[in-house]
Formats: sequence, structure tokens, C-alpha cells
Amino acid sequence: MTAATPFADRARRRFLKGLGVVLGASAAPGALLVELAAAKAPDEAVSGARRWGLLIDTSQCAESCDACVRGCNEEHGLVGKDRPATDAQWIRKLNLRHRTTGHAHSLPMLCQHCDAPPCVDVCPTGASFKRADGIVLVDKHICIGCRYCMMACPYKARSFIHETLRDQLAHAPRGKGTVESCTLCVHRVDRSGQDAVPACAEACVEEGHHAIVFGDLNDATSVIATRLRSEGAREIRADLGLNTGVRYQRMPS
Amino acid sequence: MNGHPFTGGRRFAATALVLAAVLSAGGAAAEVSLVPVPARGRGDACVEPTEVMRRNHMEFILHQRDETVHRGIRTSRHSFVGCIDCHAVKRDDGQLARFDDPEHFCTRCHSFAAVRIDCFECHADRPANQAPAAERSPTTLSQLARAAGLPGLPSVRHAEQLP
Ligand code: SF4
Repeated sequence: MTAATPFADRARRRFLKGLGVVLGASAAPGALLVELAAAKAPDEAVSGARRWGLLIDTSQCAESCDACVRGCNEEHGLVGKDRPATDAQWIRKLNLRHRTTGHAHSLPMLCQHCDAPPCVDVCPTGASFKRADGIVLVDKHICIGCRYCMMACPYKARSFIHETLRDQLAHAPRGKGTVESCTLCVHRVDRSGQDAVPACAEACVEEGHHAIVFGDLNDATSVIATRLRSEGAREIRADLGLNTGVRYQRMPS
Repeated sequence: MNGHPFTGGRRFAATALVLAAVLSAGGAAAEVSLVPVPARGRGDACVEPTEVMRRNHMEFILHQRDETVHRGIRTSRHSFVGCIDCHAVKRDDGQLARFDDPEHFCTRCHSFAAVRIDCFECHADRPANQAPAAERSPTTLSQLARAAGLPGLPSVRHAEQLP
């Protein structure tokens, strides 16, 4: 059975194809490239021309490393209370071992920033939403803490804040009674656009690995799009047809 | 605290003096405010005239909130973080006032008007990077372990199944 291709995906493919023709046909595509590479102005709204995503090369991800998790926690002020069942967790490490062959590998799991996010489908208030540029967020002003989205997420990517918090960071407001998950470091993305590096990717590089690449999936010239085109990658639970913004490479099946 | 000229009884005496002076001057009562006057922010002027801000600040913040969260618009004019940065109040002990301190810029009026706001259940109530680093770290079990000189990787979960 083939999963139905979401409309947005088909539309985007047409757009990318068109872009390729334009770039290929144009003798001086410089102007267009400059336009795409610039970070947006603060008063400019995000647009569907971009779709932010991550490429995760699982062969670069070390089993013993949790730098991305630490980087994320630090960036967003996620302070655990040593209660693994309820502590907020936006990104976690999974160590997987094949049942029969015993082949092991490791990867970070986080919000997959789906094009068709189940968490948005089920949210009764509209708090769980997808930005025009593909980043899936919770508007905590509207969230009533019902946690329906947590049940709907196939990736177990969301956390609920159970207790009163203090000393939240200015760029990462979060509080009791609401649900949260990876924001793709939206504060960095809004500031630096294409040049943004999410905290997890930054921590990964600092640790000497290069397992996480951030970029614009819609920009055929970006590192992420180029690598996806030449090397390929897969979606986790591709069978669900969610068209995830986070793709994994070198995953043994 | 000693040494501060306007505390306790002395502040009261000073207020009474001003009040008496104003009353005897024949009704120029505008000099004395019956409502709290919160501390001035940094800089020459607020982003809007004081009168406008007093009545409409909640509208500005609400509007900007939706613009920022949903459309990624991060202009500074009506930014909530901007308010907090500009209107930080230093307490007598040199620390910046928290939302539960009566001197905090927002609390000054909101407690007087008995309007409870929940902004600070999520948002920082003082300018960025003012929270002592010790309150924020270590952030993970492995950092704790490392701080204690142990090799740590407890945030790695094992044996989760992916299809
Ligand atoms: S917990 Fe919040 S974001 Fe999730 S479904 Fe309920 S209202 Fe929506």
C-alpha cells in the first residue's frame, strides 16, 4: 500500500522542480541565491518558502554520547528533578539493537516536525500548530494541558510540565500545566535563518561528532537538501505518511 | 537597612510633609499620586506615551505575543522581553526584583489593582542572564555525574524499540 502523498508535499515538489529549472536555465542565479540565504528581518513573517529540518547521520552518532541532550537542556533551561518519568525532555538518545543480527546503533529522537503533524490534528484548542516554515510548536498561551497531543505523537516527543518553574530563560518561556517539545531552536532560527545552528547540532559538533545537520529542505542549494538528494535518508515511521522534517541516514532496516 | 534616607517612618514623614505642602498650596493635588508610580525604565522614553501604556499595555503585549509565536515576528517595540529588560528594578540589596517582590515593576500596579497576571509562570521576570548560574546548572544527570567526577551517560535510554 502506498501512503497518500500530502498535498503540501506534492506542491513543494513541483516548486522545487520549478526552482531547479529556473536555476538551471538562468545564467546568473546569484541574485536568487543571495535572497534565499539571507536571514529574515525581525518584522518579516515566516513563510512557506522555507521548510526547516534536520538530517541525522546515525553513523556519526556515538552510543555513549549525549551531548545533544545536554546542549538542548542547557539552551532551554530544562532542569530535571531526577524523575525520569516526568522530567521534561525535548531530545533523547536511543540505543537500538537489531533483534536477530545484534547490530547496534544510536540516534537522537526528538520532535520530527511533521508536515502533517498528528499533535496538531488532535489539539482541541489550536495550541499545537505548525508554523508556515514547518516548525511545529505549542502556543503555551492557549494550551490547556490536556495532553492529547502527547498521546497522538508517534515519536513520544512531547513533555508535560508538572510543577511550578522558576528562573526560566527569556528566550524559552515554559511553565506548569502546558505541553512542550523541541522548537528546532526557533529563537535561533528567527535570528539567523539559514545560518542558525540548533543547540543540539552545536553540542554535537563541539563533541567532535557531526551527526546533526540543520537547514532548509526547500532550498535545493542548502547542505541538507544537497545531502538528502545525493545520499538519501529515511523517515522514521514513514508508513504513517507524516512527511517528517527530521530525516535519518544510514539506519539499518 | 540603615543609611537609606527614605525608609520606614522617615518615608512616611516625608510623604506627609509633601502632602501638607501640597494641600496648603491650595489644591494642586496632582502632585500626589493616589496610585502606585512604578520606577522609570531605562532610556528617555517608553515605546508609547505613558498614558497609552497605562491603559493599553496588555493589548500591545497580546498582539505581539500572537505575532511572535505564530508568525515569527520579533520586533522589539512591543516585545515583552523588552519591557522586562527596560523596567528591571534593583532592590536595596542590589538584587533585581522578582515578580513576587512588591517593588517589581509589574507587581507595583497589579497588586494595587488586584489584577492577577500569569505571565511570569512561564516568562522570565528579570532581564536575561541575571539568574545566578548556580540556579541553572547542572542541567542533566550526566552533568551532575561529571561534576561529581563520575563518568556519566544516564540520559541515554536503552532498549527502546523502533519499528
Ligand atoms: S496539551 Fe495543549 S497543545 Fe497538547 S493537545 Fe492539549 S491543548 Fe493542545
